[in-house]
Amino acid sequence: MDLYQELILEHSKRPHRAGLREPFDAEVHHVNPTCGDEVTIRVELDGEVVRDLSYDALGCSISVASASVLSEQVTGHSVREALEAYNAMRAMLTSKGQDPGDEDLLGDGVAFAGVAKYPARVKCALLGWSAFTDALVRAGIDITHITLPEPVAEKG
Amino acid sequence: MSALTTAAISPELSVEISPEMSGQPFTDEELVRIRADFPILERTVRDGKPLVYLDSGATSQKPFVVLDAEREFYERHNSAVHRGAHQLSEEGTELYERARSTIAAFVGARHDEVVFTKNATEGLNLAAYAFSNAAAGGGGGSGSRFALGPGDEVLVTEMEHHANLIPWQELTRRTGATLRWVPVTDAGRLDLDGLDGLLTERTKVFAFTHASNVLGTVNPVRELADRAHAVGALAVLDACQSVPHLPVDVVDLGVDLMAWSGHKMLGPLGVGVLWGRPEILEEMPVFLTGGSMIETVTMERSTYAPVPQKFEAGVPMAAQAIGLGVAAEYLGELGMDRVAAHEEVLSAHLLDALAQRPWVRVVGPGSEPDRGGTVAFVVDGVHAHDVGQVLDNDGVAVRVGHHCAWPLHRRFGVAATTRVTVAAYNTVAEIDTMLASLDRVPAMFGVDG
Repeated sequence: MDLYQELILEHSKRPHRAGLREPFDAEVHHVNPTCGDEVTIRVELDGEVVRDLSYDALGCSISVASASVLSEQVTGHSVREALEAYNAMRAMLTSKGQDPGDEDLLGDGVAFAGVAKYPARVKCALLGWSAFTDALVRAGIDITHITLPEPVAEKG
Repeated sequence: MSALTTAAISPELSVEISPEMSGQPFTDEELVRIRADFPILERTVRDGKPLVYLDSGATSQKPFVVLDAEREFYERHNSAVHRGAHQLSEEGTELYERARSTIAAFVGARHDEVVFTKNATEGLNLAAYAFSNAAAGGGGGSGSRFALGPGDEVLVTEMEHHANLIPWQELTRRTGATLRWVPVTDAGRLDLDGLDGLLTERTKVFAFTHASNVLGTVNPVRELADRAHAVGALAVLDACQSVPHLPVDVVDLGVDLMAWSGHKMLGPLGVGVLWGRPEILEEMPVFLTGGSMIETVTMERSTYAPVPQKFEAGVPMAAQAIGLGVAAEYLGELGMDRVAAHEEVLSAHLLDALAQRPWVRVVGPGSEPDRGGTVAFVVDGVHAHDVGQVLDNDGVAVRVGHHCAWPLHRRFGVAATTRVTVAAYNTVAEIDTMLASLDRVPAMFGVDG
């Protein structure tokens, strides 16, 4: 099954940088109402840099592993780079398997490329990432200038 | 009367079930014939794996006779029923009303006691809004017992599907009445010890489920209905998980209103049923208003048609209702006592097998009486979504999540469960396929198995 890549299982069993830390500029709590998955995300900003992203994820292996990768990919990066990673993750996950993902932007996140073939699980993989963008907004970051990539055309 | 091609709409059912086998599970030979009636069971999923469909509690599959009945309606009789004097409309109306009679008979009711709705959710909302409209002085009903206000109470249970919870939450919010609920025990049964304190003179409605869509628990409906009536409350039953699986007789149950869905009982999507006692339906204010449900209309005001038409606004879903009538005939041919016996064999087999797996915890009663074929469980340390995905990869379709019963899951301290539900067409071999797939889960996610 191409969904459960070893990297995903590793992240879900031992999520990196897990737990909620202080201080933080914004905290959000998002749920996936279809399954009850929950994630709490905290962001601490230092000007234009994400100094820390801490989280508490309760859910399936996909959503927990995704939060783990999220924290790794955005912590220490500029808000702009973090949002580029979000866009790349979102584009890959909604591409129905057409977009393998950019490892430079996503790191271990490319392991989630297989999730795109399972529409019911895309929301699991995006839960933490969407919550992260919400947290940025609540921390006062204007993300409206970030444009999403064009969706990949459906085949057939 | 018009010349109906009734043979096509009410086709010769292909099942031949021996009447001497009353109360017995289906034989292997019978199961082969039943399965051959369901075309979808032939297909494969996920790269050629035979479909093992164990999600009939969400929606059941449909036999050829139901599909044929819908198609035949559209090919031969398509028309707006209860409208027009042309032949097609006459035929459509007759078929639609005949389906109503069939469905009524299926649950021991009479023709005019059956209201077609979009689904069970709409049936329960119809009931809740009838109370709301009565409280607001509208809807044309005559029964003061429907008028709720501050000081009145609505009683539900902690094991309800959201469809039998949220309409009552909203009703009490709109009217100022109070919502109360019967808790659930650790064993997955209603905790009736405190019922006297919850079901009082203040209670106007007691709404509860016949069979839990998560726990599999079958509730003592007659006892609960009698106790509701003893304090003057109406008993409203969610029968979604009982009518498709058990012999159900509204006279025996003793409730006042009962809602269920058609698509869970081998019928089409888009049709459900609200049954009510005639005097209750008579007094009940209307919910949806518009065409078809009127008696007279002026610019200022309107009066409403007799039951059941006053509850069926707009052009009804005739093809679906007719398909549902054929589904009821089909289940009647199988024999609901035999369907129940068959499903009991399947769930007992599953429960016994799960009990031998210490890494699995069943949420709900074990193998015992007053339990239906629904089995929900958790695998320690693995989220239900992941369990379901592994099963899906092996062609096994189950439901994962909270199954629209979030408070119940919270009660048991779990975010989500994996749920297996069965129907007449499932086999023990399919349960074994599901178990073999389940056994791959612990190693895959690195938990002790």
